[in-house]
Amino acid sequence: MSHPHSSYQFRHVLGGKTFGFVDLADLMAKATPARSGDRLAGVAAESAEERAIAQMTLADVPLSLFLQQALVPYEDDEITRLILDDHDKIAFAEISHLTVGGFRDWLLSDLATSDKLTSIRQGVTPEMAAAVSKIMRNQDLILIAKKCHVKSAFRNTLGLPGHLSTRLQPNHPTDDLTGIAASMLDGLLYANGDAVIGINPATDNVQQATRLIKMMDEVIQHYEIPTQSCVLTHVTNTIECIDQGAPVDLVFQSIGGTQATNDSFGFNLANLAEAQAAALSLNRGTVGNNVMYFETGQGSALSANAHHGLDQQTCEARAYAVARKFNPLLVNTVVGFIGPEYLYDGKEITRAGLEDHFCGKLLGLPMGCDVCYTNHAQADQNDMDNLLTLLGVAGCTFVMGIPGSDDIMLNYQTTSFHDALYARRVLGLKPAPEFDLWLDKMQIVQNSDQFTLNARLPDAFYHSLNRLTGGHS
Amino acid sequence: MSTPDSTLKKTPTENTEPVTENAWSKLTAFTDARVGLGRSGISVPTKHLLAFQLAHAQAIDAVHAQLNIDELAQTLSQQAWAPAGKPLLLHSLAVDRATYLQRPDYGRRLNNKSAQQLDAHRAKNTQAYDLAIVVVDGLSSLAIEQNTLPFLRELFHQLDNKKNDWTVAPICLVEQGRVAIGDDVCERLNAQCVLVLIGERPGLSSPDSLGLYLTWGGKVGLTDAYRNCISNIRPAGMSYPDAARKAVYLLNEARTLKLSGVKLKDRTDDNAIDTLSDNRNFLVE
Repeated sequence: MSHPHSSYQFRHVLGGKTFGFVDLADLMAKATPARSGDRLAGVAAESAEERAIAQMTLADVPLSLFLQQALVPYEDDEITRLILDDHDKIAFAEISHLTVGGFRDWLLSDLATSDKLTSIRQGVTPEMAAAVSKIMRNQDLILIAKKCHVKSAFRNTLGLPGHLSTRLQPNHPTDDLTGIAASMLDGLLYANGDAVIGINPATDNVQQATRLIKMMDEVIQHYEIPTQSCVLTHVTNTIECIDQGAPVDLVFQSIGGTQATNDSFGFNLANLAEAQAAALSLNRGTVGNNVMYFETGQGSALSANAHHGLDQQTCEARAYAVARKFNPLLVNTVVGFIGPEYLYDGKEITRAGLEDHFCGKLLGLPMGCDVCYTNHAQADQNDMDNLLTLLGVAGCTFVMGIPGSDDIMLNYQTTSFHDALYARRVLGLKPAPEFDLWLDKMQIVQNSDQFTLNARLPDAFYHSLNRLTGGHS
Repeated sequence: MSTPDSTLKKTPTENTEPVTENAWSKLTAFTDARVGLGRSGISVPTKHLLAFQLAHAQAIDAVHAQLNIDELAQTLSQQAWAPAGKPLLLHSLAVDRATYLQRPDYGRRLNNKSAQQLDAHRAKNTQAYDLAIVVVDGLSSLAIEQNTLPFLRELFHQLDNKKNDWTVAPICLVEQGRVAIGDDVCERLNAQCVLVLIGERPGLSSPDSLGLYLTWGGKVGLTDAYRNCISNIRPAGMSYPDAARKAVYLLNEARTLKLSGVKLKDRTDDNAIDTLSDNRNFLVE
């Protein structure tokens, strides 16, 4: 509860009480469903009542106000400049008369068809998406995200309705190639890896990245796998790898929603543009040219002390403006990785995962989610099962796939190869079509309509395994 | 010429049993990853499900175990290679583990008593320090208890070997700390750079992983872009000699360039130890 004050931009009178919010950022933060990171930042609503009032007040804010009042100053922040300079007024025309509350109704309505949602995309700013998500229930986030169709392509086609892809994540604590190959084989034989085969290197330098990029490229070529590889190293490292002739498919970078966050990550928009141009120059995609892979996550701006007093979900949505600029193949919100100081428990992780997926899809991103938790968070496998199922229903583009949910390099738990098959079977979802054909050709699946795996070891892999485990004479 | 591995042929050709074993389950000899678990339909078989639940329970317990800081200080002070001066015992602003988990800002700053202790040390000692070594419990006191001594022994051996002439401040031990608390220590000791040893967050297979963070000119407020990291130092991960070699390389480079972080690339000619000696792997041979 706050007292009436002349410095409040927004007021709401309820009975004898007047609630005030100093500016749009304050209103957005206080309207945000409760989470530990906003409490840590000191921007959260002070009571459940204040939060509900903030949501009612936010619902009356015209969408056009977000074009007039930047939440981070235009002069100070290249992401604000990106958001406002790239805003498409023609695409916005259809929704320009709406308030935040009216936008929710419109998005849920039958007026907002998949085609219509595509046509307004470039007129929606991250702040508008964040604002409307704050007054939505989880089912709204799911229903509207499912209507947003976002396709991307490199060596296969991702994001088609009725499909769920996986990043095969064969991380190893010493980047041992045999260990990595073992996890790759496991994943491929569990029908995973169509979004990307992506390694977080334990040793983060140009030479190691090049070695891992070459290794994955050899495997992809040898088995003619319609997928792409990525080493998740710093963008400046990947540029060096390309300069040195490494077979780079995708450029990776962790991104945040303020310039100061990205400064803390050691890059700017010009670096991303340079990297994208370098990757495109290799011309390695066969069915598409989306060459960027971005990761995000609520709390990164605050953890770099670069949040400008914004709530963490609004900062997260602003990161999607960065992603959108570079036509990514994949955007991954690593929702439970950052820890309990930002998302305290399974309930907060679930909510954040659905928000991020919704905002990303509404803005036109090929949004996936690392459904995950750390051992110092109040969460477990049951929370992951719930969020995976909800995201599968919402049409999530991809999730992670890792042996037995256990990342032995990054020390956290994410979804397993088995989990992806569960989601595909229970929700009737298919892998990317090119990859699906490959699974059939390689005899990895027995019946792709019923998601049944072949019990027999496929011939192509028998020979590889026998080389490793067979006798020598 | 290789001979057939008969166990590969014993695998079922039909999904006839409740649990289908994987022909590649013996790959567990080459990695700690949970590969080749087999499947009940498409789900994780019961025995592996329950093994996972036990590992998760142990990891949760590891987060909450307390570092025996007095014992570590005593052991360190008995080592011939240790820098001059008794280890300094410090504490962050986070009073307990529950606060620590929810307030990372508290974990990055020393409490008043510790700050005063360092300021007093600085006032009494006029010599300039090239390097401050800060040992922090982080999210795994087990990692600190298990790896600190053997890693530091190797580090000092290599620093000494190369006649690098580093003047090292007394080792600082910090409870309830995060990486950036090294900046606070570095600034108060007026050291040129700081090397933080910290317990990384426990994984299911690795409750004991040590991380290293090097920061040139550590001072309060620096972001991670100014740091270089070496991760996963433990008996089953990166070896102590390898980690020390990388650390010494980065320390010398940082001193030459007078910086650390994104602009300091780790170019140690250091392919990780492979099961196969070259860059081949069994999938493409």
